[in-house]
Amino acid sequence: MSRARSAEATLTPTGAPMVDGSAWHEQVAAGGDVLEIEDLRIATTAGGREVVRGVDLHLRQGELLALVGESGSGKTTVGLATLGHFRSGLTHAGGSVTIHPSNTTAPALMTALGEESLRRLRGSRVSYIPQDPALSLNPAMRVGEQIGEVLEIHEFGSSEAERIERVRSVLREVGLPDDDAYRRRWPHQLSGGQQQRIGIAMAFAMYPDVLVLDEPTTGLDVSTQAVVLETIREMTVTNRVAALYITHDLAVVAEIADRVAVMLQGELVEEGPTDEVLRAPRHRYTRTLLAAVPDLAGRNRIGEFEARRRAVEAAEADAARTSDPDSGPAAARGEDRPVAAPAPAAAPGDPLIAVRDVSLSYGEKQVLSSVDLTLRAGECTLLLGESGSGKTTLSRSIAGLLDHWSGSISYQGTELAPSTRRRSLAQRQDIQYVFQSPFSSLNPRRTLGQSLAVPLEMSGDLSAAERTQRVREALDAVRLGRAFIDRRPGDLSGGERQRAAIARALVNMPRVLICDEITSALDVSVQASIIDLLTRLREERGLSMLFVTHNIALARHVAERVAVLDHGVIVDDGPTDQVLTAPSNTYTEELLANIPSL
Amino acid sequence: MTHATTPDSAVDPTTVDPSGAGPARSAPDRPARRSTLVTRTWAQRQAKVGVVLTALIVLIAVIGPLLLPWATGYTATGFADRPFQDTGLFGTDNLGRDVLSRFLAGGTSLLLYSVLATALGLFLGMLFGMVAAYIGGWLDALIMRSNDVLLAIPQLVFALLAITVLGPQPWVLVAVIAITHAPRIARVTRAATLDVIGEDYIRAAEMYAVPRRRILFREVLPNITGPLAVEAGLRLTYSIGAIASLSFLGLGMQPPAADWGLMINENRIALSLQPWGVMLPVLAIAVLTIGTNLIADSIARASASANVGEK
Repeated sequence: MSRARSAEATLTPTGAPMVDGSAWHEQVAAGGDVLEIEDLRIATTAGGREVVRGVDLHLRQGELLALVGESGSGKTTVGLATLGHFRSGLTHAGGSVTIHPSNTTAPALMTALGEESLRRLRGSRVSYIPQDPALSLNPAMRVGEQIGEVLEIHEFGSSEAERIERVRSVLREVGLPDDDAYRRRWPHQLSGGQQQRIGIAMAFAMYPDVLVLDEPTTGLDVSTQAVVLETIREMTVTNRVAALYITHDLAVVAEIADRVAVMLQGELVEEGPTDEVLRAPRHRYTRTLLAAVPDLAGRNRIGEFEARRRAVEAAEADAARTSDPDSGPAAARGEDRPVAAPAPAAAPGDPLIAVRDVSLSYGEKQVLSSVDLTLRAGECTLLLGESGSGKTTLSRSIAGLLDHWSGSISYQGTELAPSTRRRSLAQRQDIQYVFQSPFSSLNPRRTLGQSLAVPLEMSGDLSAAERTQRVREALDAVRLGRAFIDRRPGDLSGGERQRAAIARALVNMPRVLICDEITSALDVSVQASIIDLLTRLREERGLSMLFVTHNIALARHVAERVAVLDHGVIVDDGPTDQVLTAPSNTYTEELLANIPSL
Repeated sequence: MTHATTPDSAVDPTTVDPSGAGPARSAPDRPARRSTLVTRTWAQRQAKVGVVLTALIVLIAVIGPLLLPWATGYTATGFADRPFQDTGLFGTDNLGRDVLSRFLAGGTSLLLYSVLATALGLFLGMLFGMVAAYIGGWLDALIMRSNDVLLAIPQLVFALLAITVLGPQPWVLVAVIAITHAPRIARVTRAATLDVIGEDYIRAAEMYAVPRRRILFREVLPNITGPLAVEAGLRLTYSIGAIASLSFLGLGMQPPAADWGLMINENRIALSLQPWGVMLPVLAIAVLTIGTNLIADSIARASASANVGEK
């Protein structure tokens, strides 16, 4: 992209600077692929273990391919390889990534190019949209400058004025204001959705040929996500970009992708048009994954995920024996009727926890205003809200982790003191709280046995041997197994850590479990197995639960009641069916309308 | 970032049959590959060099007093009564005392007092730092502002003042050095503690009403050993320098004791005639401080790379 070259460039309808007859034009004219990944192999430098094993992917212009897989499946590694980048500790072990760029006549072999050539291609011909816009934007640089910087580095246009004009036009394209005041804003003055759109604008500024998106909507609220997805879809088509969309969210895939490729432990297990893969998955793993996706209608019973996963496997084994290809999917489809909400263990009745007129503010900012909420015995209430709605604040107030709220929270008719230290031992034992992130809720320096024994040590009346026994039972109850007692959190996966955290909440035989977004940091299949676990625990122990989440699709899978929190106010509260089918509030309606579904 | 930090979750055993024996991964092969602060520190070449250098001087200081060719501690009045002695390997000083003997005997006090001063400073700083960070509020402000006041006084000036008032005794020396180190250690501890107390496992401990002292020592302390180890190594280096300097100025060990700092002072007038009297202790102190510094630096590097992936 030298200045001389862009001066003699011809303009496409969208204004992209291109040499006519470039590798891209040639490939597009011949109906070929713009991005070709062939038998790509990536291994660890230490030990040479292959983390990506023979991946083949082909993308045409204007096509959006979703690369689906769970944490550790190697999808991000493939995405970065498309940019010719390998994370430290990883090395290219075979195969190739070829891009047909629009600025030169020769195709670029990303896996073989030198650092300097790669730098010239990255950000111009191949661009990348990272997961967290808040981390990827430089906080000390105005947003207009950040987009302009991309253009400057790749020597776009011949003057500063021309570059500013491009910044304006790309801002308009992603649906942001293009005035000077907006370009002079700092990243922290924008919302998450706006920040991500700045990220999209940066990626599209140079009219790229290939785009890699690494879970660009994971951190966003549903309504914001809907807008961002639409922007991405539109930009991809109008700019005729070949987009590789990396995600773990199958519902998003259904909304946005033309084709889907499913990765499992470094291998591509299935690839095909979105409809085909989602309706009639061929591979067992895809079926398991689909069985784990919560849906609003509650048809996909993730509360029975483990049983269904085994059914899928059994059906496959059957199919293999009888060589009847239809029986597998049929077994999965056979369960396609909606379920009533999970059967409560006891007849819900007496209010166990009553929250009355609770307000809380941080200085000027009112986080909760006069919240009323009732938790009944043996019942699960879903507390729904977007980020910043105050749902964590409310659940922590109930758990006694925050002590500056006003109003009253009572448990079995007795008023609760604000902080746990001033509550009675029985109250502390009965109300348990599970934290959102399993990566910070367990002390990395202590074994699970030590961490899980803490609540018991504090209740005081058990001997060391009895405590160990209770910890073992709790580990069994969460299906981790007692072998985990001497392990440290660092050796565990996210799902295992969350199970251990739930076990810690269970050792004291609580009556109320407050789960604060406990599945939001986890993969869908892990989420499904945790929901399954909670459902079974409720049946076994008759627990009441407050399940805090931003994912409305979970409602029918876990809860009998739904309460919707918006900016510190409960706007909707009632039985699940009533709230979901006939929401009394426009905010709830909006949430329901924006939810992506399969 | 979760996929970067948990490479093993691809084989997530939470999806393993619960009736099964447990995770498919074999437990025994994991601890062998466990990377701790110690293993990561030792993996660096400079750490090995540092340990060798430090060990050399420590050996001299500890074993030296057992191998003395001659007596070390007599004064000018004892000069006449001294037994006959040959000129040793490194000659004698102005009082005819054997330099090698005094060198071998002179490291113990320096090493002992600097380790004691560092340990005491570490304990005080750690305590105040953790308490300030954990309790917060006015106590935090009080502790940290007092810290700033102490930090404003230059270390040597403070030591001179205290020793002039209280007299040149070993305990004063140790206490003064410890007190000048404590504010610096408190700062580092406070910053490290603030990082840790934001974590949910501290909140969990709060929720179970774990006594505060226990939260500090069982939940917080094990997680800030990295920065504390770095700071301890660095402070030890400074302690050695400070105590040697004070002895040199005549405010540490008093004659006729054998001490490296004191030896440098006593023998510096004859530097051109009898350089060994100065050179031996100078070399020893230099090698010792370089050694401890290399170790501290390796710990710093190791703990910096440790913080990635712990969460």
